[in-house]
Amino acid sequence: MLQRLRENKSAQGTLLVLPTIVWMTALLILPLLLTTVISFGRRTADGGVIFSFSLDNYIRLFGYSTKCDNGAASCFDPLYVQILWRSLTLAFNTTVLVILLAYPLAYFIARAHPRQRNTYLFLVLIPLWTNFVIRVYAWIMLLRKEGVINLVLGWLAHLFHIQFTPLEMLYTPGAVLVGMVYEFLPFMILPIFTSLEKIDNSLYEAAADLGANPIKTFLRVTLPLSLPGVVAGTILVFIPVMGTFIVSDILGGRQVILVGNLIQRQFLDARDPTFGSAASLILMILTLIVTYFYTRKFGFGEEIVVA
Amino acid sequence: MNPHRRSPFVLVSTILVYFFLYAPIVVLVLYAFNASKTNILFEGFIPSFGSLRVDSGNVVQSPCGPFHWFCELSKNREVTNAARNTLTIALTATIISTIVGTMAALALQSYNFRLKAFSQVSLYIPIVIPEIVMGIGILILFSQLFGYLNNLFGLAGDSRLGLGLGTVIVSHIAFMIPFVTLVVQARLHGFDKSYEEAAMDLGANEWITFRRVTFPMILPGVLSGALLAFTLSLDDFVITFFTNGPGSTTLPIYVFGLLRRIITPQVNALSTVWISIVFISVLLLQRIQNREG
Repeated sequence: MLQRLRENKSAQGTLLVLPTIVWMTALLILPLLLTTVISFGRRTADGGVIFSFSLDNYIRLFGYSTKCDNGAASCFDPLYVQILWRSLTLAFNTTVLVILLAYPLAYFIARAHPRQRNTYLFLVLIPLWTNFVIRVYAWIMLLRKEGVINLVLGWLAHLFHIQFTPLEMLYTPGAVLVGMVYEFLPFMILPIFTSLEKIDNSLYEAAADLGANPIKTFLRVTLPLSLPGVVAGTILVFIPVMGTFIVSDILGGRQVILVGNLIQRQFLDARDPTFGSAASLILMILTLIVTYFYTRKFGFGEEIVVA
Repeated sequence: MNPHRRSPFVLVSTILVYFFLYAPIVVLVLYAFNASKTNILFEGFIPSFGSLRVDSGNVVQSPCGPFHWFCELSKNREVTNAARNTLTIALTATIISTIVGTMAALALQSYNFRLKAFSQVSLYIPIVIPEIVMGIGILILFSQLFGYLNNLFGLAGDSRLGLGLGTVIVSHIAFMIPFVTLVVQARLHGFDKSYEEAAMDLGANEWITFRRVTFPMILPGVLSGALLAFTLSLDDFVITFFTNGPGSTTLPIYVFGLLRRIITPQVNALSTVWISIVFISVLLLQRIQNREG
């Protein structure tokens, strides 16, 4: 039998990949299928699940409500649609801001002297590898009423004899946006840097020789060639922002509810796993649609592996 | 034309972005040495070494000197337990996922087999779906499975199956395998098959060829895959959040739980320790990479 295995290349390959297949099936494919099945189910009073085929959860998610102010049997409640829309726009805004902040820095590092490049990269890696929760916590220290930003502003106001009342920055949508941008900025810098680094210096020289000014060189040479990095970075930022609930939980308090918070609460506080499953599937489908159209337009960057 | 010429716009925005990246971290570390117990205001540094004296809620003197909060941290049982859990999970999951992921990378690189497309797709899914989707999927799986088994065997009380270290480790491995496979595959991409063929021609069997030729050549890829897996596990919040149970709290989960209740300088001390470890590891890693190439 060993002899036969030795000659059968296909069996060897299957054997090598078997543990992976078993693991991914048990802990990825099966859970996703279960989520789908449960999303069509009904919940029991104690948070259990009755398997059935009902579209109630999806109908509710898209605005159908039986708890109406005017006493009607059903009405449109935009609550969950608003949450989905808020998550989408926040993910979009975060991605755009992150690109704007990451690009100049990545450009600076890519064009720095090779000897200094490692130091600059090192400075990007430290925040990247510092724990996510710790980095959100840092923003509490900055944004709260007695925080560092208000401290500095108060001190400046005192210096110029201006009346100053501390700003309420924590638990606002702005705080969540800043937190998201901070969390995901390094994930954009690295892929953009990788694609910028590949650009041959002679291309810049050629552009200059042909009379292109710096702006024209940037628009016609640098930007198009660095696009794969921007695409890879966008995927690395957009998808996690869509699903994150820590940033909004800590910096948004109960004010900013995203689809991640909605799902998390269905499983822990509200105890409605069936509704949480439906929301989770919709989240997955939304991100897959956006990623699909985005990558079809711009191509799937291999820079994604580098980060 | 100087290729390293910098436009003032790029320079200024670079400085601002670095400031944005580091200001929060500096503040975090600074507050770890805060004399105020409540950590609301910064009331100066803890002055000097000596016996502990707390004056109207503020630490005036401590046997640990400026490192008062670090001493408190090391005495905190919850923190030391969480740290032990975090390391246990990361080490176990790294070893298993590195072996399994490397096997898969080898298979995908050099063999054709029936389930190839399926395994490739399943390896890409965790990268393109939000982590929370996978997290709650696994939570549903475990709660249904354990509910079924507990019923079946009539388990009750302490013997009931539930979430714990085991479920966290198994779930971590699931999201780590794809990353290990990707990194090892990237390394295998430039792999020259003729070395293996030469070894076989010289009479080595598959096992010896693997041990003496293939493995040493892919080892750097395997190690960087393992390292990535290890850091991903240490850092993970979402998957752990949905799969941990009583007694399997990790450091990120512990910190998150604290943040919602109370903020003490101990969290800053913990963060400072964490950042220092990251700092030293990245520094060492860069040194090693520089030496290699």
